[in-house]
Amino acid sequence: MSDGEHDHQHDHGHTHDHADDHAPPPDEDGALTHYQMLEIAMRELLIEKGVITADEVRAGVEDMDGRTPERGARVVARAWLDPEFKERLIADGPAACAELEIDVSPARLTVVENTDEVHNVIVCTLCSCYPRPLLGLPPSWYKSSSYRARTVREPRAVLEEFGTVIPDDVAVRVHDSTADLRYMVLPQRPTGTDNMAEDELAALVTRDSMIGTSVATAP
Amino acid sequence: MTATFSTGERVQVRQARPPGHLRTPFYIRGKQGEIERVCDEFGNPEELAFGRRDGPAVRLYRVRFRLDDLWPEYAGADADTIDIELYEHWLQPAKEAA
Amino acid sequence: MHDVGGLPGRALDRSEHDPEFWEKRIDAMLMLLVGKRQLITVDELRRCIEQLGEGAYENLAYYERWTASMAQNLLEKGVLTSDELGRKLAEIEARTSAGSQ
Repeated sequence: MSDGEHDHQHDHGHTHDHADDHAPPPDEDGALTHYQMLEIAMRELLIEKGVITADEVRAGVEDMDGRTPERGARVVARAWLDPEFKERLIADGPAACAELEIDVSPARLTVVENTDEVHNVIVCTLCSCYPRPLLGLPPSWYKSSSYRARTVREPRAVLEEFGTVIPDDVAVRVHDSTADLRYMVLPQRPTGTDNMAEDELAALVTRDSMIGTSVATAP
Repeated sequence: MTATFSTGERVQVRQARPPGHLRTPFYIRGKQGEIERVCDEFGNPEELAFGRRDGPAVRLYRVRFRLDDLWPEYAGADADTIDIELYEHWLQPAKEAA
Repeated sequence: MHDVGGLPGRALDRSEHDPEFWEKRIDAMLMLLVGKRQLITVDELRRCIEQLGEGAYENLAYYERWTASMAQNLLEKGVLTSDELGRKLAEIEARTSAGSQ
């Protein structure tokens, strides 16, 4: 990619964070955009040629709709309750998730644990890699140029936009998902949760706490 | 295959600007960090990007960098770091600091 | 330009919106083509997005870029031809502008 000096002032942000993710709405008469038509064209041709089937596409969409952060929250809640499970989760994410009958393949899930000393946050500067099997589809802001540009340079300022202030005596550890590993943050268990059942604990685990832009909800 | 680098070793990211599909971000090239863990071998994305699936696998590492080493104006804590996955052919042993 | 780590950036727009149905279908098709059929690698998809050109990041939305990359990859591999796509697109345009969705 020959695009000259990297450090030029390039205002990637302008109208961008929203436009980055969301297709412009179709015309008022309901006409489809070029890309919407291209989607239809490719799908119909691929089905006609027997490369894929309509059922497979339907099943794929349903499967995607079924993957929500609730899966990740269950894993976190189990790790909070069972320290040995937590160690197994950190050592081998996919194997530990399989114990809960959660299949995260093909993701090479790598769980990073928040402690009193370290707060983790995940980003993919090059595209939008995300632990989809556990968290579902990523939010628009995660895919935005601004998040990807700023989180590796001023992570504390980015976290503050989420209302997350990390004290100076806690290290912020950013993970840039540049290759094959897919990361999930194991947030700290909130205080005042000693007698809570696993499903009550899971309800405290937000998607953002598993990305690292937030912490788990206090009870 | 053994890995060239081991956990804790100081490495430097090569400063190179080839065309093609690269997974070494601009901001980390030329920087020095420490091997945080040796990962598995994986297909080389630079080759997979052109449909070549049968080439040799490459060793992946997680490398940890201090944010105040990367950004002169960094305003966070000294202990703030970033971990990035980098492929072996982008790494070389760090030169001793002057 | 895709390699944005460390570049200046604005305050985040944290509004949430689900992808549209056509966008989810693109996502599902890509997972099929990469996963089950192994026709395209995720690296090829990323590479084609990177090659869409500077305007792609300013003018195209996230799933529009993946749609364009999917088409480019299918053309490169000879799964579809430009002629087939062109005729199908014309057919779709004709039937959707004829009134119904």
